[in-house]
Amino acid sequence: MSRRAHIVGVGESEYARWGKITDTPEHTLALRAIQRAVEDAGLGMDDVDGMASFAEDRNEAIFLAAELGLPTLKYATMVWLPGGGGGCAAIGNAAMAVETGQADVVVVYRSLCQGQFFRFGTAGVDSWNPATPAPTVNQAQTPMAASMGFAMPYGLLMAAAAYALPTRRHMHLYGTKPEHLGQIAVTFREHSSRNPRAVMGHKSMTLDDYLASPMIADPHRLFDCCLESDGACAVVVTTEERARDLKNTPVEILASEQGSPQGFAFGPFTNANVADDLYATGACEEMAGRLWGKAGLEPSDVDVAQIYDHFTGCVLMQLEDYGFCKRGEGGPFVESGALAWQGGSLPTNTHGGSLSEAYIHGLNHVVEGVRSLRGDSSSPVEDAEVCLVTSGACVPSSAVLLGKR
Amino acid sequence: MIMSQRFFPDAMPSPMADTITLPWWEHAAKHQLVVQRCTDCGETRLPPSPVCAKCRSENAEWQEVSGRGEVYTYTTVHRPIAPDQPLPTLIAVIALEGSGGKRILSNLVEVDPEKVEIGMPVEVVWEDMSADLAIPRFRPVGK
Repeated sequence: MSRRAHIVGVGESEYARWGKITDTPEHTLALRAIQRAVEDAGLGMDDVDGMASFAEDRNEAIFLAAELGLPTLKYATMVWLPGGGGGCAAIGNAAMAVETGQADVVVVYRSLCQGQFFRFGTAGVDSWNPATPAPTVNQAQTPMAASMGFAMPYGLLMAAAAYALPTRRHMHLYGTKPEHLGQIAVTFREHSSRNPRAVMGHKSMTLDDYLASPMIADPHRLFDCCLESDGACAVVVTTEERARDLKNTPVEILASEQGSPQGFAFGPFTNANVADDLYATGACEEMAGRLWGKAGLEPSDVDVAQIYDHFTGCVLMQLEDYGFCKRGEGGPFVESGALAWQGGSLPTNTHGGSLSEAYIHGLNHVVEGVRSLRGDSSSPVEDAEVCLVTSGACVPSSAVLLGKR
Repeated sequence: MIMSQRFFPDAMPSPMADTITLPWWEHAAKHQLVVQRCTDCGETRLPPSPVCAKCRSENAEWQEVSGRGEVYTYTTVHRPIAPDQPLPTLIAVIALEGSGGKRILSNLVEVDPEKVEIGMPVEVVWEDMSADLAIPRFRPVGK
C-alpha cells in the first residue's frame, strides 16, 4: 500500500474584510478551520499527528496541537519563504512528512487577521521602526530588517508599491497595458460571484469600474491589489493508504517545488539588484521547470489553475513563468479571455482568488484547487484532472500540481 | 553642517542597519554614495553583504560612485506612509553609473511625475534628515 501523499480534507472559517472579525481571536479561527478540514476529511482529531505552516505565522503548532488535544505531535514545520510564498511549500512539507513516515495525517493551516495586529504595509512601520527623537539609523535585528533598511527610508513599505516596480518594467519592455491587468481583476471578480465565501462576491466589476478605481501605486489601481481579509483555512494531507478509506475523492499531490533564484533574497521589494532577466518576471520560471519535470506534465495538461494573486501584474508574469504563454505575451494571453471559468483555455482562480474571495496568504488557493478536482467548487471545471496551484511571485515562491486519477 | 534641501518629513521611516550595512549609512551621512567592492575578485555588491557571492571572500572595500545613473523602473505612489508626506511620491530603481552594474532603490524628486520615464538620466541629491542621517534621492540631470 502506497504512502503517496494525498489531500483528503479542506476547511475554512468565515472570511471577512480585514478588521471585521473582532470577537474571535485569529488563533481561534485557526482552530476552527483545522477542525472543519479534519471533519471534511472524515477523520478525528486523534488521527492528526503533524502540522505545517509557513512564514510569519503567529499561531505556533505546539499550542494548536495542545489546544486541540492531539495525542502526539510527531511533525511540525515552518517554511522560510516570506509572506504567502510558502503556502504550497507547506503542502510540500506535509507531503514529505507522510511519504517518509514521519507522520500519517498532517494539517496545513493559515489564519490571518491583520485588523487584530497590524495592517501589512502601513502600521507595520511602528514595529519596524520604533519612534526616535530624530531621524537616525536604527539597529536591525535580522538580515530581513537590514534589507528593509534599503527600502523604508524611501517610503517603500507597501507591497502595492513594491510589486508595481517589476510590473511597470514589464509594461515598458513588452507593451503590457492597464486593460490587460484589468481583465485579470474583472475575470476573478466574476468567478467570485458564485462563491458564497467570497468577500467581494456580491459586487460585480466591469473593465470601466476597474479603470475608474483610484490609483494606489502606478500602475496598480485599487482593483489590482488583493483584498485584506480576516479568516483562516486548513488542508489535511495523508497517505494514499489512509485516503482510500475516506469519504472524499482523494486529490494527489503530483509534485511540489519551492524556489528562490540566485541572488534574489527578498526580491524587488528590498533588492534593487534582482538579475535583469528576472526583474520583470514572477521569478518562478526555473522552479516551474522543475515542477513540470517532476510531475511529467506540461502546461497544456493543466485543466484549472489557482494562481497567487497579490497583484494582477504578478499573475500576468506568472502565466509567462509557468509557460502558459511566452515571455512578454501575458497581456494578449489574458486579453483573449484565457482565464475565464467558461470558455477560457485556462480557467483560473475559480474561487475569485485573493483579489475577490479572500486574502489568506494563498492557502485558500490550495483549498480551491482541491475543490476544483473533487467537483465541489462553486465554479466547477468539468472533468478537471490536473490543477496548478502557486504561492507567491516576485518573492521566493512555491507551487504544487494536484491531480485526480 | 549646512542642512540640505528637504523633500520629506522627519516622520518618514528611518533605515535600520546591522554591522554589515551600517558603514554604508555612515558614508551616506557624509554624502558619499558607495557600493561594496570585493578586494579579491573586484565584484561589486549592493546592499552590502558579509561575503562576495562570486568568490566568497570576506575582504571588501567601499567604492564611491558618481551619483549619476538612469531610471530602471519606478512607481508613482498616491498613499502616504508618514504624516505630511508629499504626494504623489515617486519610488524608483536607479541603475548607478560606474558601480559594476548595481542598482539602488530611492525616490525621484524635483520632477513632474508625468515626465518620468524608464531610461531617464538622473543624479543624486542628498537630503539631510538629521545630523547623522542623510538619504540619497535622485533628480533629473541638469535640474
